[in-house]
Amino acid sequence: MSAIEVANLRREFRVRSGLFAADKHVIAVDDVTFGVPAGGVLGIVGESGCGKSTLARLILGLLTPTSGSALVEGKRLFALDRKARARLIQPVFQDPFASLNPRRLVKDIVALPLAAQGTFTRGEIARRVATILERVGLSAEMGDRMPAQLSGGQRQRAAIARALVLEPRIVICDEPTSALDVSVQAQILNLLADLRRDLGLTYIFISHNLAVVEHVASEVAVMYLGRIVERNETDALFRRPRHPYTQALLASVLTPEPGRGVPDVGLGDTLPDPANIPPGCRFHPRCRIAVERCRSVAPAPMVGAGGAMVECHLA
Amino acid sequence: MSALLDIEDLEVTFGRTAAVRGASLRVEKGETHCLVGESGCGKSVTALAMMNLLARGGHRSARRMTFAGIDLLSLPDRAMARIRGNRMSMIFQEPMTSLNPAYTVGSQMAEVLTRHKGASRAAALDRAVELMGRVGITAPQMRLGQFPHQLSGGLRQRVMIAMALMCDPELLVADEPTTALDVTVQAQILRLLASLKREFGLSILLITHDLGIVARVADRVSVMYAGEVVERAPAAELFRAPQHPYTRGLLSCVPVPGRVRRDRPLGSIPGTVPAIAPGFAGCAFRSRCAHAIEVCEHDIPRRPAGGAHDYLCQLLPRERAEPQPA
Repeated sequence: MSAIEVANLRREFRVRSGLFAADKHVIAVDDVTFGVPAGGVLGIVGESGCGKSTLARLILGLLTPTSGSALVEGKRLFALDRKARARLIQPVFQDPFASLNPRRLVKDIVALPLAAQGTFTRGEIARRVATILERVGLSAEMGDRMPAQLSGGQRQRAAIARALVLEPRIVICDEPTSALDVSVQAQILNLLADLRRDLGLTYIFISHNLAVVEHVASEVAVMYLGRIVERNETDALFRRPRHPYTQALLASVLTPEPGRGVPDVGLGDTLPDPANIPPGCRFHPRCRIAVERCRSVAPAPMVGAGGAMVECHLA
Repeated sequence: MSALLDIEDLEVTFGRTAAVRGASLRVEKGETHCLVGESGCGKSVTALAMMNLLARGGHRSARRMTFAGIDLLSLPDRAMARIRGNRMSMIFQEPMTSLNPAYTVGSQMAEVLTRHKGASRAAALDRAVELMGRVGITAPQMRLGQFPHQLSGGLRQRVMIAMALMCDPELLVADEPTTALDVTVQAQILRLLASLKREFGLSILLITHDLGIVARVADRVSVMYAGEVVERAPAAELFRAPQHPYTRGLLSCVPVPGRVRRDRPLGSIPGTVPAIAPGFAGCAFRSRCAHAIEVCEHDIPRRPAGGAHDYLCQLLPRERAEPQPA
């Protein structure tokens, strides 16, 4: 059963382009549809500006969608109030320096989601906070510190504790290890994997680091200019990427293998601009194998066996 | 062959904090030397100390520090300023903060040449256009009149590189030049650096935390930990037979696509880097090292590991019976 079902999600932003010019519409998230089975991890990858963080904000309720729907455990997500949504979905963000209130004790930061519900006694809150701090590997003494007194890895543990203290079903991890050193990144990824297994959590894991996504995700969605252009089980996607963009992304990963040089990704110098989405296939200006049809006709999603999806005329 | 850049026993302190502790570094002509380590290990401070750009309160000393035969330690500030941006130039991680937002790309690029070589503005702008073309910037003539905020991140970094090449430097110091960029753009920039190295005979000191980059571009590697160079080796050698427990731990932390075992945890290094006060003795990694023994609290020898490969550790290779990271 799906923990979360997102259907035809869309979000437009209006961008003022000048005093007399007409406003532009930037479609940051365009007709995004996916489901994540309970206990699964959906990895979302793509370059900056592809809409992956906007997607996270929509699901978290930090932005309202222009259209589309989302079901979490059968409940219509966008109809829920903040408290009910907070009990189902919680975030872990990239920068643990920016996402923790610098003027509060760590234990108060972690307690805030409980206190905001207004239904827990003080004793209950203290007990739950102590349990979750221990679970993420922070000592009780760390709870009495300020965020500035913690290392980057410890802060990210505190952010994870805050996300889990309400026992949500789904955690949205938006670049959770990008600001961390590699040795600390490995600690946090291992912790997230343990917590998912032990608590039966479902993750939506957003990252630009494909190696990390391959390690944590059971399924991967590749976003390009607001659309999911390919979606598949992780192993299949990494072994047989079908969309030329997925192929280019995978080719650009620099594995620690000496002597192989830096690959020519072949994406050219034109960078995608969300305010000027090309006609036809939105990827065609950077695509190595684009043909005439790609310049005029937008490819429809092709769904194959096992739910794998790709949007490409030539895949 | 004499090294282009030769640093021996560099010490940098900021008050009570020892940021660099006896680091030695040699960059040969025409090589890409990677200085790798995690945040706070002293890799950027080493480069800044070399260029005499330490922040206020920073103090440097070294047994030797030469660039192309010039003694940098005794060089007056004004003479150093003539070398910086001229014979050695640098690019930094975030091009938005190192470009001046109030000046056009053209005037910032031209200034490098008019200032260092006394060139005319017109000649400097011609050179800027030529170099922008060389680093793959389309429509360079138009870019001259643009401001940094009008360029994408990848373009800004290309402008920084073109600017760094204005005076035909011998050494390019690149501090995390692709960390703020997308992976696709990162590959383009690194390819560009590699081709410039071949074309101009550049030596590159590349500072990074990314072992994937190191593996793909480095000729030689120095691994830093807590202010010390704990291991140095030719790149292929370092990845084939890493010796220092920190290097080995670091390599096991990196997920490698295609070799992923989701059912198994990633390797990780427990704990965090200790704060190092002046006068710290012994191995700085010992509190996180699975092989630490009592002697690690004392002076640590530099052990040869064949050829140009050596490492800073008490333990002999055979004393460490642990599997190679997969």
